[in-house]
Amino acid sequence: MSTQGARHHGSVLRVGLPAVALIVMLGAIFTMQPRATSYFGLTVLLNFTLPAIFAAMAQMAVITVGDIDLGIGPFLSLVNCIAATLLAGHPLLGWLSLAALVGAYALMGALIHVRRLPSIVVTLGASFVWLGLALLVLPNPGGAPPSWLPALLSWKPPLLPLPVLASILLAICGELLLMHTSYGVVLRGIGGNPRAVAHTGWSLLAGRMVLYAVAGACGVVAGLALTGLNTAGDATVGTQYTLVSIAAVIVGGGEFVGGIVTPVGTVIGAWIMLLAGSLLSFLNISTDWQLSVQGGILIIVLGLRALNRWSGA
Amino acid sequence: MSGGLRAWLDARPWIWSFGAALIVWLVTALVVQGRGMLATLAVALQFATFYAIVGIGQMFAIAAGPGNIDLSIPGVMTFAGYIAIGLMNGSNHGLLAGLAAGIGVGIAAGVFNVLLIQALRIPPMIGTLASGFVFQSMAIAYSRTTNAPPAPLLVSFSAARLLGVPLIALLFIVFTGLVAAALGRSVFGRAVLAVGQNMRAARLAGLAVRRTLALVYLLSAILAAIAGILLAAYSGGAALDMGADYLLMSIAVVVLGGTSIAGGQASPAGLWGAATLLDLVVTMLNVMRVGAGVRYVVTGLIIIGVLALAKGRDEAT
Amino acid sequence: MTDEAGEAFVRLIGISKSFGAVRALAGVDLTIQSGRMVSVVGHNGAGKSTLMQILAGTLASDTGEIRVAGHAVGHGYGVRRASALGIRCVFQELSLCPNLSAAENTRIFHPALAGPGWRRRARRLIGDALQAIFPDHGIDPRRPVGELPIGQRQMIETARAFTETDHPVRLVILDEPTASLDATAAEQLLRYTGEARARGIAVVFISHRLPEILGHADEVFVMRDGQVVGSGAADALTEAQLVEMMGVVRGADPTHAPGWRGGGEQIRVEQPARADTPFRVQLRAGEVVGLAGLAGHGQRELLQAVFDAAFHPAAGLRVNGSVAYVSGDRRTEGIFPLWSVGRNTTISRLRALARLGFLTQAREAALAEEWRTRLAIRTPDIGRPITSLSGGNQQKVLVARAFAAEADIILFDDPLRGVDIATKRELYQHVHRAAEAGRAFLWYTTENTELVNCDRIYVFYRGTITDEIAHTDLTEERVIRASFGAGQSIAV
Repeated sequence: MSTQGARHHGSVLRVGLPAVALIVMLGAIFTMQPRATSYFGLTVLLNFTLPAIFAAMAQMAVITVGDIDLGIGPFLSLVNCIAATLLAGHPLLGWLSLAALVGAYALMGALIHVRRLPSIVVTLGASFVWLGLALLVLPNPGGAPPSWLPALLSWKPPLLPLPVLASILLAICGELLLMHTSYGVVLRGIGGNPRAVAHTGWSLLAGRMVLYAVAGACGVVAGLALTGLNTAGDATVGTQYTLVSIAAVIVGGGEFVGGIVTPVGTVIGAWIMLLAGSLLSFLNISTDWQLSVQGGILIIVLGLRALNRWSGA
Repeated sequence: MSGGLRAWLDARPWIWSFGAALIVWLVTALVVQGRGMLATLAVALQFATFYAIVGIGQMFAIAAGPGNIDLSIPGVMTFAGYIAIGLMNGSNHGLLAGLAAGIGVGIAAGVFNVLLIQALRIPPMIGTLASGFVFQSMAIAYSRTTNAPPAPLLVSFSAARLLGVPLIALLFIVFTGLVAAALGRSVFGRAVLAVGQNMRAARLAGLAVRRTLALVYLLSAILAAIAGILLAAYSGGAALDMGADYLLMSIAVVVLGGTSIAGGQASPAGLWGAATLLDLVVTMLNVMRVGAGVRYVVTGLIIIGVLALAKGRDEAT
Repeated sequence: MTDEAGEAFVRLIGISKSFGAVRALAGVDLTIQSGRMVSVVGHNGAGKSTLMQILAGTLASDTGEIRVAGHAVGHGYGVRRASALGIRCVFQELSLCPNLSAAENTRIFHPALAGPGWRRRARRLIGDALQAIFPDHGIDPRRPVGELPIGQRQMIETARAFTETDHPVRLVILDEPTASLDATAAEQLLRYTGEARARGIAVVFISHRLPEILGHADEVFVMRDGQVVGSGAADALTEAQLVEMMGVVRGADPTHAPGWRGGGEQIRVEQPARADTPFRVQLRAGEVVGLAGLAGHGQRELLQAVFDAAFHPAAGLRVNGSVAYVSGDRRTEGIFPLWSVGRNTTISRLRALARLGFLTQAREAALAEEWRTRLAIRTPDIGRPITSLSGGNQQKVLVARAFAAEADIILFDDPLRGVDIATKRELYQHVHRAAEAGRAFLWYTTENTELVNCDRIYVFYRGTITDEIAHTDLTEERVIRASFGAGQSIAV
């Protein structure tokens, strides 16, 4: 029995460790700031996890097949700018352009697959395109979203604050779609052993396009959430979400290669990355160090995993 | 005959970027009816120098094979720029100390990256991405304590012209020549290209693979620091967003310059063609009076397009 | 049980396949009846793996006909077609996704496992198959297979081949299925093949364990040099007969002049005998030591260990001198494809050629030219790309690289696999000359005829050395006997 338990170690640790870390962080925050435990306090504390969890889910979709998206931050900015201009003025055009962006993501996945390009460079190039388009749509910060969007974001569901509810729902949806549907298995299989999956007749191209489209759709939702919170557009507002999303996937137990990802862990990871910033301000540490802390968490998690590999080997 | 031409072109992958730069320059000349064309070129060359300096480091990383890339360049540039300019504190007396400290930042950053990649075995792109944010954040924190101008001597050096050509451009063109020689004829250069083509074969051929890769990341960080110092001096002081464009640009000049993204081959001359091209495109779009948005979109599309086409050429052979 | 018109389930007729200059299969006929277990045996390069790949649809034959259930499969025969016909293959290299569980891997394999409740069905499908083949397997069907030990992964891979959704299983190819299974699981699998046969499933069984073959197969086909050289009912054959059939020596090669040295006094490589390997490995200066046996039984691991120990001292293995490594897998671990012949030749010698870190063109070109001439590498110009050369000449460049490195010890990792005979003979001469000049060679070869070039030979079987053969005592029969586990160490 004990060997059985020890062998389960790896997968339990994958989500268990970040969950424990999150509980410790929340505990620290609640101790320092008891008011944060109220419904209202939690909402304020966690509001900005809304764009973060969706951005992280977008990143996770891409990491599932061993790629990485360095353009997700500027993509959020572009959605933000469209939402603050077109969506309010010309709703149909606004929705069409958001749909086109999801299509653009799928095409980007196709290009990466067919031409066998490194995703890192293509998505970095795309980040310039997103930034440029954002500036074209909205050259200077401003604009306003359609009124339903801020209203949606300030909705107060019974029992649980919106960010908590949305996080739980997103984690459940992600688990169901990627971990439990039969096609989700194929998508993860592509990340694990693409040759074997192709051998049994599955299309790797279709798989990559589906995942990139999912990433695009999650990016759109993240951008809309960001707009609803900020109630204005800004072509550079999303920049920080690139690092946050990558770190969320990894901190939440995902790996860069091998199709090893976990939707629940990713959501937890996004919370950890966001709360790290809040924790800094409660500790009266300058937010100047926020990037250091986020980058540092990523390095420490990967470093601990390396140490774990050595001791395990 | 066309086969001979093809082979001649294939051996000179940098020629495309120079050709494209020439075309863009001429189009710009048409728009402004030929006024100030040489001045335009000189200014483009000035900015191209900063791209080319970081491009050399990125080129070594990319030539070292798939998975190798340095994403910490913007962070290193900004942090080194701030430290160097801060220590100079607007005086020539602090010049040497500032330069040494700035380059020291580069060395420290390079060593840190190598530790992440080799000791902790973090994939280079993630290791350097994360460390880049750490350096950026250090620059942010340091920027609160200083807001000094650079040493006057360094300012005039960074903007100096020799026969109308930017001095730092001339210096780094010479340096690029040395890099080209090193790639072809030095033990280190051969090792980088061998590792980039076939890491396993390189190891079995008895090459010091780990040491080679460590030197590549060290070199890239030092060059990023130098670019940061010069850029801060030229701009009259360091700025927190001064490195922002350089993440993509450092990769863009490498790819557009004819270096294969698959590794094992490098095209140092092409860095200058590509860097000039990217800067002239901005100039051209400016004289056409289109906004910054179009500029970013065009730059992004050029990079993705060239990448897709260049890979096609490789596959055809 | 036979199909239409009483024909066997599978008939392979006149199958031929060449890889470049190498003829892997030279007109093979093979008949597999439903409900029978056919075993194919042969030494390295006999062609059994190629034949199985053609049958499984992962490789197309050059000529010949494949008939399944009475019909020619015709063009476009591939894995999916084979699978639809009920032909499954379990290869040695695992084709599981390590991040997925056993049930999920089964789902990837069966498009029909979709829709509500697929996971339950998949779990039951693979669970039942595992239970039927390996009772008490102890595998958790929910864990990612990458976290399981290799033996359990092999069980899942094997069991998955016997699962059925929309197409019934008619033939299962087991390529060394017992190599990574423990004794109990191997015995369980062999017993299960009996049950499967009773249900009309045909089994092709490839193994290096002769007692398993003789104990369980119905028929045995012996292959050698791309041909079937003998066959018979398993119960009418003995191990000795199989070994003899596998190793019939054809006309001896006259170019192998003996002229054998004993090797110098200086010891270059030494590894003491261990409990599991009762032979001391020793390589002296001027000696050519062969590493023989079936591919993948530990020879390459020894070469790697020697290579590594030359740079970083290792316990239990003493390496005295510099090393150079020549791989036979030139594409993945040999050539630098973007470089010229010259640069490929000199890469291991750069440090000695350089002054202050920089190379002079003249010195480098002179070295490359010298070796081009000495090994007669067929290229008009050392500036030509290495990829413009024929395979044999590329391999010569790799040998030239090792010679040019002036290393004390040269490690040959089957470098002449697939090289034409004329090139081989030239290179044998160079090895002899280099050995006379004091170089030491550790030479792993999958071609037994090459062993006559060695002063001494170690034969490997499942990671240990089962025999040490002096040049004068070398017979192919003895090598093959040791390759299948019955060496001197067991005889004594």
